[in-house]
Amino acid sequence: MKSHPFPPGFEPERYELDEPGRSRWLFPRRQFFKSLGAGVLVVLFAEAARGQESGNAGTNRRGGGGGNRPQELSAWLHIDEQGNVTVFTGKVEVGQNIRTTLTQIVSEELHSSLSSIRLVMADTLLTPFDAGTFGSRSTPDMGSQLRRVAATAREVLVDLASEQWKVDKSLLTSRDGKIWNGEKSISFGELTKGQKLTARVNDKAAITRPDQWKVAGTSVLKVNGRDIVTGKHRYTIDQKVPGLLHAKILRPPSFGSVLLSLDDSAAKQISGVEVYRDQGFVGVLAPDEWTARKGLLALLPQWKTEDQKSSNKDLFQTLRSTANFPQPEESKGPGDPLQLSATYTVSYIAHAPLEPRGAVAEWKDNGVTVWTGTQRPFGVRSEVAKALNLPEEKVRLIVPDTGSGYGGKHTGEAAIEAARLAQLSKKSVKLTWTREEEFTWAYFRPAGVMDIRSSVRADGLLQTWEHHNFNSGNSGLQMLYRVSQPKTAFHGSKSPLRQGSYRGLAATANHFARESHMDELAAALKMDPLEFRLKNTAEPRVAAVLNAAAKAFGWPGKKSTTSACGIAAGSEKGSFLATCAEVEIDPAKKTIRVVRVVQAFECGAIVNPDQLKNQNEGAIMMGIGGALWEQIDFADGKISNSRFSEYRVPRFRDTPQIEIVLVNRLDIPSIGAGETPIVGIAPAIANAVAAATGTRLRSLPLTLA
Amino acid sequence: MPNVTKVRVNGVTRSIDADPDRPLLGVLRDDLDLIGAKFGCGEGQCGACTVLLAGTPVKSCRLKMSSLADREITTVEGLAHGDALHPVQQAFLDRDALQCGYCTCGMIMCAVALLNENPHPTRDQVVEEMNGNVCRCGAYGRIVDAVLAASNSGKKGKA
Repeated sequence: MKSHPFPPGFEPERYELDEPGRSRWLFPRRQFFKSLGAGVLVVLFAEAARGQESGNAGTNRRGGGGGNRPQELSAWLHIDEQGNVTVFTGKVEVGQNIRTTLTQIVSEELHSSLSSIRLVMADTLLTPFDAGTFGSRSTPDMGSQLRRVAATAREVLVDLASEQWKVDKSLLTSRDGKIWNGEKSISFGELTKGQKLTARVNDKAAITRPDQWKVAGTSVLKVNGRDIVTGKHRYTIDQKVPGLLHAKILRPPSFGSVLLSLDDSAAKQISGVEVYRDQGFVGVLAPDEWTARKGLLALLPQWKTEDQKSSNKDLFQTLRSTANFPQPEESKGPGDPLQLSATYTVSYIAHAPLEPRGAVAEWKDNGVTVWTGTQRPFGVRSEVAKALNLPEEKVRLIVPDTGSGYGGKHTGEAAIEAARLAQLSKKSVKLTWTREEEFTWAYFRPAGVMDIRSSVRADGLLQTWEHHNFNSGNSGLQMLYRVSQPKTAFHGSKSPLRQGSYRGLAATANHFARESHMDELAAALKMDPLEFRLKNTAEPRVAAVLNAAAKAFGWPGKKSTTSACGIAAGSEKGSFLATCAEVEIDPAKKTIRVVRVVQAFECGAIVNPDQLKNQNEGAIMMGIGGALWEQIDFADGKISNSRFSEYRVPRFRDTPQIEIVLVNRLDIPSIGAGETPIVGIAPAIANAVAAATGTRLRSLPLTLA
Repeated sequence: MPNVTKVRVNGVTRSIDADPDRPLLGVLRDDLDLIGAKFGCGEGQCGACTVLLAGTPVKSCRLKMSSLADREITTVEGLAHGDALHPVQQAFLDRDALQCGYCTCGMIMCAVALLNENPHPTRDQVVEEMNGNVCRCGAYGRIVDAVLAASNSGKKGKA
């Protein structure tokens, strides 16, 4: 396995597409920094970002900003002569609220108002290299980096005031965008006037402790919310450039099909339609999307199709049989009631981001600027450069704040397609994937098979644990509870469908299996599922969330012939959660309805409580979809439910009463929280359904027989 | 041969030269640069493209230009008066009733129509009326809260 630029303890899955770009910083940085004008610039070098730097702003600040080690910069911040603060980061905003979170962090340390701070994000020309926005790393990594950048900037400003006033800096304080000496003050803008300072991050710059936070730790509203509610924010598909043509791409009728021939004469008869072909790649351009669609429908392609044998019916058998792993022994059947062996499965599901994949590609000076919604701007720049056979400096990739991703936008398919058409036509091109394209030609959350074998003592103490995951991944596979020498293993399979990252990765699958299995053991022992979990927990943070959720929920809750409650606990990427769910069953309609959910969540020191609740609520809603309905149906190399009318996503009517209990640990560094809140809801629902019906459902989506 | 349709958009009469079969959504977005209405599915299943047709919420991805002569269209761009947001926009902002925001304009248009029709809806009525709009980020609870808050905003923010 190749090495990854990630901290210890973070394990990118094999489905995390994290290949860094072949080159990183290509723009002449000195020229760019000059373009920022007068002011103060603070830069963070990558090695310092990993905490090994012990530079000193006081001595280094005039010497650290040369252009000789360009690839190693990982963040910078500029304060201009008006006191405007611009922060540059390669992270992307996809609805996880990182733009606001990072703004709060900078405001906290710089002692400047939120409105004075602007983030320039994910533009390969303007921002530092970043491997990508995934793995819940933005808050712990970029957050702590920008904290130090901002704290250093504040110290530089104090130094400047101290020099200007000829006053010892220990007498100076900073607040509200000004440096103060008693009643006397000077604004950041006045201090930076005429300056051309570059400072390196000073690791000794004082960082504010979470219990002293004034801006971080509060429920600041989205900094760009006004642009969103007024329709002003331009997502990828809203970008405009002069002379823009609309594109449609010719898609094969099934996976693996090869284009044999193409008759495009009828399409070319349509006024405004242009057709471009490069081997199997065929695109239609027209002045508007409707005409481009007419052109696409007028194409007469001939295809050679490939036999595609796999389908939903034999999916789990396929995943098992193509894994390079001997089959575990069959369960010995009844016998010792305190041994349990069970198999759990999860289906392929789609991210279905409401903003489909799309791109705008502007062709200029034999290069291309591409706007696209991706979680890996620098990686996708490399993909585009490679596809177009261009040097990377001829490709600029910009990611506008994006209409969600959920792990589904790591790759750059639409960016490549738009850029290829721009290159072929020498024009500017906009491509928006249709919903059917999005459901068919993107990648899916991996399906998976999980085998768990366990044993437990009559008093409820776990004895053995063996958990195998076929295909779906290893996130969340580690044993949450105390047991000596648990065995856990991931086995790769041949996936019949293209698969990749998804919010929380395989943690949803592995939590579904583990927490269902724990419930089955508790039922066999006739123990309360909460008591059973607490008895087997050695980790106080697990116990804390379990107790917090149970208390707020009123565990064990109500039970009748058609309703019951379930509980699940979890931990992934350093945060902890416990989820209680109450469900109602309609035996006639065979439907499951989630009526009430309480989730306790702990991710260290909380930066924005309301947005953290928002992420938890949203993850629960999204998780209900995967738990109850979502499943990709496929056969003969085709997806048969590639529309919202055929693929059931959660809607208003499905919304339960949700209460989020935040456990705020000011003594623990902040941990990202966009993903893990999704892992508890499916097992909590499955456990509630088992309690209500007496029947254990071991496959997601849960289906009543 | 030009195909001119006269439509009133946000109170202004516009003469639009477009194929009569073109959906309104593309015309709003590409010809008029009114980008608040979004493409989400093209089959009227997600509501991201919701605009008002004579005050009624419609899915603009399914509405042909040929059906719109002399009709009155309102988009999200037509809601705010200068710096003053429409109460529904303000409520979405105040309640953080969004994550990625891609569905938000469609949600707001649907809610505006709902409150024009029924200024004091119950929670269940909001859920029923808005069930055709998808928020894939799952901010449904907050959106309902925002709509209810906007409905009561004339009553000094009573919950």
